Amino acid sequence: MREFYGTSLPNPLMLGTAQYPSPAILADAFRRSGAGVATVSLRRESGTDRAGQEFWKLINDLGVLVLPNTAGCHSVKEAVTTAHMAREMFDTKWIKLEVIGEDDTLQPDVFGLVEAAKILTDEGFQVFPYTTEDLVVADKLLNAGCEVLMPWGAPIGSGLGLNNVFGLRAMRAHFPDVPLVVDAGLGLPSHAAAAMELGYDAVLLNTAVAKAGDPAAMAEAFSKAIEAGKIAHDSDPMEIRDMASPSTPVIGKAFLS
Amino acid sequence: MSKAPVIIAGSGVAGLCAATELLSRGMTVELVDRAEKAGPHGCSWWAGGMLAPWCEGESTEEIVVRLGTESIDWWEKSGVQVTRNGSLVVALGRDRNELKRFGRRTGNFREVDASRIGELEPDMEGKFSSGLYFPDEAHISPRDALRVLEQNLTGKGGTFTNREIGSLEELADQNPDSLIVDCRGLEAKDRLPDLRGVKGEMLILSCPEIRLSRPVRLLHPRIPLYIVPRGDGVYMLGATQLESGNRSRISARSMLELLSAAYALNPAFGEAEILETGVDARPAFPDNLPRISRSGNIISLNGLFRHGYLLAPAMARMLGEYICDNKKPEVWHEYPA
Repeated sequence: MREFYGTSLPNPLMLGTAQYPSPAILADAFRRSGAGVATVSLRRESGTDRAGQEFWKLINDLGVLVLPNTAGCHSVKEAVTTAHMAREMFDTKWIKLEVIGEDDTLQPDVFGLVEAAKILTDEGFQVFPYTTEDLVVADKLLNAGCEVLMPWGAPIGSGLGLNNVFGLRAMRAHFPDVPLVVDAGLGLPSHAAAAMELGYDAVLLNTAVAKAGDPAAMAEAFSKAIEAGKIAHDSDPMEIRDMASPSTPVIGKAFLS
Repeated sequence: MSKAPVIIAGSGVAGLCAATELLSRGMTVELVDRAEKAGPHGCSWWAGGMLAPWCEGESTEEIVVRLGTESIDWWEKSGVQVTRNGSLVVALGRDRNELKRFGRRTGNFREVDASRIGELEPDMEGKFSSGLYFPDEAHISPRDALRVLEQNLTGKGGTFTNREIGSLEELADQNPDSLIVDCRGLEAKDRLPDLRGVKGEMLILSCPEIRLSRPVRLLHPRIPLYIVPRGDGVYMLGATQLESGNRSRISARSMLELLSAAYALNPAFGEAEILETGVDARPAFPDNLPRISRSGNIISLNGLFRHGYLLAPAMARMLGEYICDNKKPEVWHEYPA
């Protein structure tokens, strides 16, 4: 199993902490899913002040690894400042780096992303960059010092699933030793299972669980799908064929009758 | 029942409703607050005033919807002007699926098409192809409501004392024969450690060009907005919901988002004048549900979250039933000793 900056995840589900009906339901979603990592947004969830202490305490009390993120940051400078704040607040080197290029589509600004990743890794951060499935960008992120890549499944909050399976598969093949996480755009547990079947190491999601009618139950469903996808990948699935291939011998059977 | 008054600490919407209810049951009530009257120091001042239990069902639990339905008649009975015009929920074209989701989670609405939306709100005509109309919902002006309850209090024989409340334990010690009702909202954090603040930001605009006769909610995956008409072309725009107890100032981002959403609803909002910006923190427990609890002679009524005007009447009723009839409130919470 690939490690994330030397840490192996107890459970490959990384769950966001925004948009739940209540903190109690959020905590329930973590309990039922056994998610290994909680991502928290400093900007969008509580502004930049320290007045969100109760909420941070609640996240810390979940007893899972915390991956702070720079969601909502539109520039390198903003992202770097937010990362500093996150390090101080959560006492972790981990940072999920998000540099948003466009407010409406929420697509990552990959140029700013590479730049910010370089600054932060030089400062000793362990960066989880939210990127696209572009292999050249991925290469530049690795050169900048990232040891994890987090390509999107689909645009943030869209729930579309894996928009570019070929791109994601190519990424897995191209970077066989790099821990890869599908981040954003998942809507259903089957999407998460598909990501794991591709050989991804983890999936990160938020809206699909938080906005479900029963978030805790949906979190559990994702967790089970992720486990199924991982087992499926590890058990070396069959290759696909263009033609039917009978599972029982046909010779000697009266199949022409 | 002793003659000693019930002392209610905190004269926000929770305290005032509690006082009103206990007075109507013939009890002696003393309301204590460090402020002379309702004002911008308390989060009741900044509320939307929507009495929209069914809409709230989208993001809350059944009990809030059920208790909230009591509120409309209660406010009217208390002499507050209640506008029973329903409320309207719409989404822009590409967010249309949000309407489906909203409809699945709520009830007691009618689906309305473009022409019906135009009939209900002529200033929204042609902008939305579908929406949900909740005919039984209503709205009030929160500041007027507080004023009416304040006047009723003294008119019905209750007393109001304007002084620092201090520690409730001391208050209880000084008044051993009284029940103390703690309605201090977020201030009660000294006694209720799991209470937290959820920051909300709002704007008040004057836009006489636009005539809306009922609250309108614009669904958006990231920036949900509601607009509540206050009459005379004045509108309240709300409200953000951030996990923070900060109550200093509205952020530029929040203001931008609220205004863009209003602009999307009707570009004429771009010409509006901004009368006020407001920020406060709503008191909430971890499950965002209200609680009544008791420790010694102190009863706590708190955690009304974003449902102050919607839930305060039912909370007050349950408080009255508890004190007078010894009936355990549905929202009872037992803290470990």
